[in-house]
Amino acid sequence: MNEVIASLTLQSGYNATLVSLGAAMLGVAAGFCGSFLHVRKRALVADGIAHATLPGISLAFMAMVVLGGDGRNLAGLLAGSAVTAVLGFFAMDALTRRTRLAEDAAIGAVLSSFFGFGVVLLTVIQAMPGGKQAGLQGYLLGSTAGMLQQEAWLIAMAAGLILALSWLLRRPFTLIAFDPGHAEASGFPVRRYDLALLALATAVTLIGLKLVGLILIVALIIIPPVAARFWTDQVEQMAWISAVIGGASAYLGAALSSALPKTPTGPAIVLIAFACLLASLIFAPKRGLVARALRGRV
Amino acid sequence: MGTEFVQLSLAPLLTGLFAALACALPGNFLILRREALMGDAISHVVMPGIVLAFLITGGITTSAMLIGAGAAAGFAVLMIAFFTRIARIEPGAAMGVTFTTLFAAGVMLLERSDTSGVHLDVEHALYGNLESLVWFAAQGWGSLLEAEALRALPPELMRMSLVYSLIALLIALFWRPLAISTFDEGFAITAGIRVRALGLGLVLVAALAAVAAFDAVGSIIVIAMFICPPAAARLMTNSLLAQVLWSQCFAAFSALAGYVLAGYGPIWLGYPNSVSAAGMIATLSGLILAAAALFGPCRKRAGQTSGAQALA
Repeated sequence: MNEVIASLTLQSGYNATLVSLGAAMLGVAAGFCGSFLHVRKRALVADGIAHATLPGISLAFMAMVVLGGDGRNLAGLLAGSAVTAVLGFFAMDALTRRTRLAEDAAIGAVLSSFFGFGVVLLTVIQAMPGGKQAGLQGYLLGSTAGMLQQEAWLIAMAAGLILALSWLLRRPFTLIAFDPGHAEASGFPVRRYDLALLALATAVTLIGLKLVGLILIVALIIIPPVAARFWTDQVEQMAWISAVIGGASAYLGAALSSALPKTPTGPAIVLIAFACLLASLIFAPKRGLVARALRGRV
Repeated sequence: MGTEFVQLSLAPLLTGLFAALACALPGNFLILRREALMGDAISHVVMPGIVLAFLITGGITTSAMLIGAGAAAGFAVLMIAFFTRIARIEPGAAMGVTFTTLFAAGVMLLERSDTSGVHLDVEHALYGNLESLVWFAAQGWGSLLEAEALRALPPELMRMSLVYSLIALLIALFWRPLAISTFDEGFAITAGIRVRALGLGLVLVAALAAVAAFDAVGSIIVIAMFICPPAAARLMTNSLLAQVLWSQCFAAFSALAGYVLAGYGPIWLGYPNSVSAAGMIATLSGLILAAAALFGPCRKRAGQTSGAQALA
């Protein structure tokens, strides 16, 4: 219990503090950016992109080892994951635009086949000398264990940048979410901003790989916006509330995961975010269940 | 290709084959009804159900798994209904929230409980362990005719082949109402077809396939089988029956070639270790889809020219 309190109050050491704060920044960026994805109804594309990172992580690891470096270098792994994530996005896009398959089928197809290929590569790495996946398993479900200070800094800085860019582009993002037809007819470059939004979502996914893992990072992008929706009607307010919820969930999840044994980071963060969703659903004024019951309108 | 093959490879090969076929079959209707997301959700949700069943019963027998997964699926359906109807969250978001949260809960349960007595861990839940289905009681191809050896076949194989037969039978029995309600729901209702019951039945059949396949190939690969072979088949033909048959061919090819490539490919290339069979099967199904997307005769939308309209 003492470890838990120490972890939550940032007293478990400099390293653990940095990790918790890095996680908080990640949650803020994910919540903010995720709100725009939510209103655009494209949040699940992020799931496809996230699963598509696995082959890239494995390939980057193998490349770095072959070149004599440390296979676990976070920046290198993220660069590799970015390559296959972008490939995965283009595959989904091509399937939806050039064939008669619907978007949900395209997402599921890319998600599962890229992930499957990533799993094959993981087993190749397992057999490499010194491979034993060297902690790559941590990228599936997230891990705070053995996180380096520069990794926490990298995540926090990148999250800050994503947050700033999302905020700068908030008006175009809102416009393409609510009336893309009219926007396009007026000559507004809808596709360009769509791609920008997806690029930011991809960036959030990438920096979330280490802490939350690729399987569950989509939850940090989906759940806070859904929770925030109960508190407001306005997109910008929703984005900030979502950012707070995301940040708090990530912070608490990372802190608890560091302090308690056998507590995987990704699931911890997701379950806390879900608890926030339940609380919002029940207690939010006007749109929460209690408020509606009191008005006689459940 | 003698005794060693029959002992080590035959059972996993066939189990993988039946798993792929069993998932691809209902997958056809899922993607036609734009319910591919449901397939994704099902495969994420069965995991916590199986973990719960293990925690309660202390072992993973077939019936415990089925009941656990069934309970989890039922709970998920209730949760989604609660979110969409009472909390008024839109359906896609409701499904995304539900399946990620339940999967997270399942992993948390799995990590915090002691599963050392059973071969149930997170890696296993994700990509299964086909290679472990050995049949040591066999002494060669002749064992296929010996009742005693047959009784020692891995139970996963028996389970998977039974489930596949059952699913194939059900789909055949309900073929016409399924087809009609998939392509023209309005007409189906006026014709007296119970569309909601059928829809629910389809989800249950898919869940059954997912649960049975889970132990052999894990949850993520199940999604690949629900979606990739049927999607590839969809691009090959306009006929429902042809699509279903194509999907079975693609699923079979993915499973057989995938297993062989994973097991023997590295050896042919000079490396001693095999790679993940389930992963290779999923990869192959994706490659087949890519080929169909590039060359399939029915890949384009109606009225589509090569300058495709933007949908993003």
